Amino acid sequence: MAAIEINQLTKYYDGLLAVDTISFNVNKGEVFGFLGPNGAGKTSTIRMLVGLSRPSSGTAMVAGHSITDDIVEVKRRVGLVPEVSNLYDELSVKDNLVFMAQLYHVPRHERTGRVEEVLQSFDLWERKTTKFGKLSKGLKRRVVIAASLVHEPEILFLDEPTVGLDVASAHSLREYVEQLGTGDTTVFLTTHYIEEADHLCDRIAIIVQGKIVVLDTPEEIKKQVRAQSVIRAKLSQVPDGSLLQGLRALGEVEVEGKTISLKVKKTSESLNGLFGLASREGVSVEALETGQPTLEEAFVELTGMSTDKMRREKGGIQE
Amino acid sequence: MTLRNELSGICFIVWKDLRAYYFKPPNISWGILFPLVLTLAFTLRDPTGLTTLAPGLIAMAAIFGTTSMEAIVITFERRQGALERLLLAPISIRSLLLGKVLGGAIFGGMISGVMVIVSVVFFGIDVVNPLLFYGSLVLTLLTLSALGALVAVSVTEVFEAQTLSNFFRFPMVFLCGVFIPVGTMPLLLQAVAYLLPLTYSVNALRLGISLTSELIGPLFNVGVLGLFFLLLFGACEWGLKRSLK
Repeated sequence: MAAIEINQLTKYYDGLLAVDTISFNVNKGEVFGFLGPNGAGKTSTIRMLVGLSRPSSGTAMVAGHSITDDIVEVKRRVGLVPEVSNLYDELSVKDNLVFMAQLYHVPRHERTGRVEEVLQSFDLWERKTTKFGKLSKGLKRRVVIAASLVHEPEILFLDEPTVGLDVASAHSLREYVEQLGTGDTTVFLTTHYIEEADHLCDRIAIIVQGKIVVLDTPEEIKKQVRAQSVIRAKLSQVPDGSLLQGLRALGEVEVEGKTISLKVKKTSESLNGLFGLASREGVSVEALETGQPTLEEAFVELTGMSTDKMRREKGGIQE
Repeated sequence: MTLRNELSGICFIVWKDLRAYYFKPPNISWGILFPLVLTLAFTLRDPTGLTTLAPGLIAMAAIFGTTSMEAIVITFERRQGALERLLLAPISIRSLLLGKVLGGAIFGGMISGVMVIVSVVFFGIDVVNPLLFYGSLVLTLLTLSALGALVAVSVTEVFEAQTLSNFFRFPMVFLCGVFIPVGTMPLLLQAVAYLLPLTYSVNALRLGISLTSELIGPLFNVGVLGLFFLLLFGACEWGLKRSLK
């Protein structure tokens, strides 16, 4: 059974098309990744699904209720972790969670137990009396996730949950999402971090300029890209001039320092070509790996983004 | 959606706002000092005149008490994204706004309450019609709080909320009979005064302490105040819904 059924959902902002008649289903209990470059329509879609904005046309059923006709029932059954940690600075961690439980009508006799349970499961017990405004960025994200789960939502929307976090905090958040994915909760995740989506998601939809360009499992998406295999090599010098021209003749090449990533159709012929070229140019191949394209490479292929632009977006730099 | 859920949602929002913003020591001390300083200033000027000025001063305490914090609280929460938390909750936008307006009205009630205590205890003001006096004070607080909320949903920055609040507050203080009876003003200013809710608040409060009113009957003043509340609250609800696009 579908947790979310999206049907021809469209959103215009001041005449500009942000989401273009998208339709897809998210299955109950799955971790669903929603990927796309900045401004592709990810957040606009989420905002419509949780009732923060109204669709221009089309509709969606979320947890069995219509977002156009029955939004209060939808809100009762979903949780949202927005990109910004938006709880109340002046209230303590526990008071924030209690307030959320109250707002979501968690019965009074269950409220304290539920709040204590999420405080424990998110390792926040020691911080329960600390004011939200005094917490680090990582801890704030953790509290926001806990607050979104205190009413035990059927569907949890996570909008860029790890943006701006240090490595350790991002890692522990991914572990929480993984744990959620093993339970009954449906997770709808938007992220810039392709590896994150590859690791966590059962299925992924990629949205570009408001349209869904692909929806499948990470493995299938990787197979859909045109290049059949990828040669990744570390050279003894940064390729430029005739070496770079020679590499381009072998296939589509991405360069990052001394490391090249070459998308090719015939692996063995291309390997011979690469070693021949390296020998002619007096360059040695220090490391070599062949394989299927990564999800990142598939994403670049499917969205038409340059790798540089994608890396800038991953680093949180807006265009 | 049940009425019980909506009502409990309103109460929780009010309680959260009071704890997170209004009941902070600086606000409480300002809330007590503001009416006391106001009283002292006017008593020094004319020790016998406070009886006639009391309704105006109570209304003035109400307008500054309600709008000063409320406009900031809502604008601040919008800037921070915290208002989205409330918009995500399974309650109607009307209940959310009612919670916000009640929070502002309670804080304004605290400040104007100090003014009432000072007027009654120290200056012997006799509230001859408590139902009219306190009823119109409550309605005044709700109306002015709705005005504060409307200001907040119409702007994006905190400083804009302050500026726009002053655009309404100061003309009201000078035009609505707080210091100068409306009837003594030029006709054009009288016309403007009758378009502002504070005029009807001052009149209703005056009638509550048996002073003469420039406008007919208590019911008329209370009725117009009620209409102002509905109008301002409706505009505020429309504005917030519109911001959701």
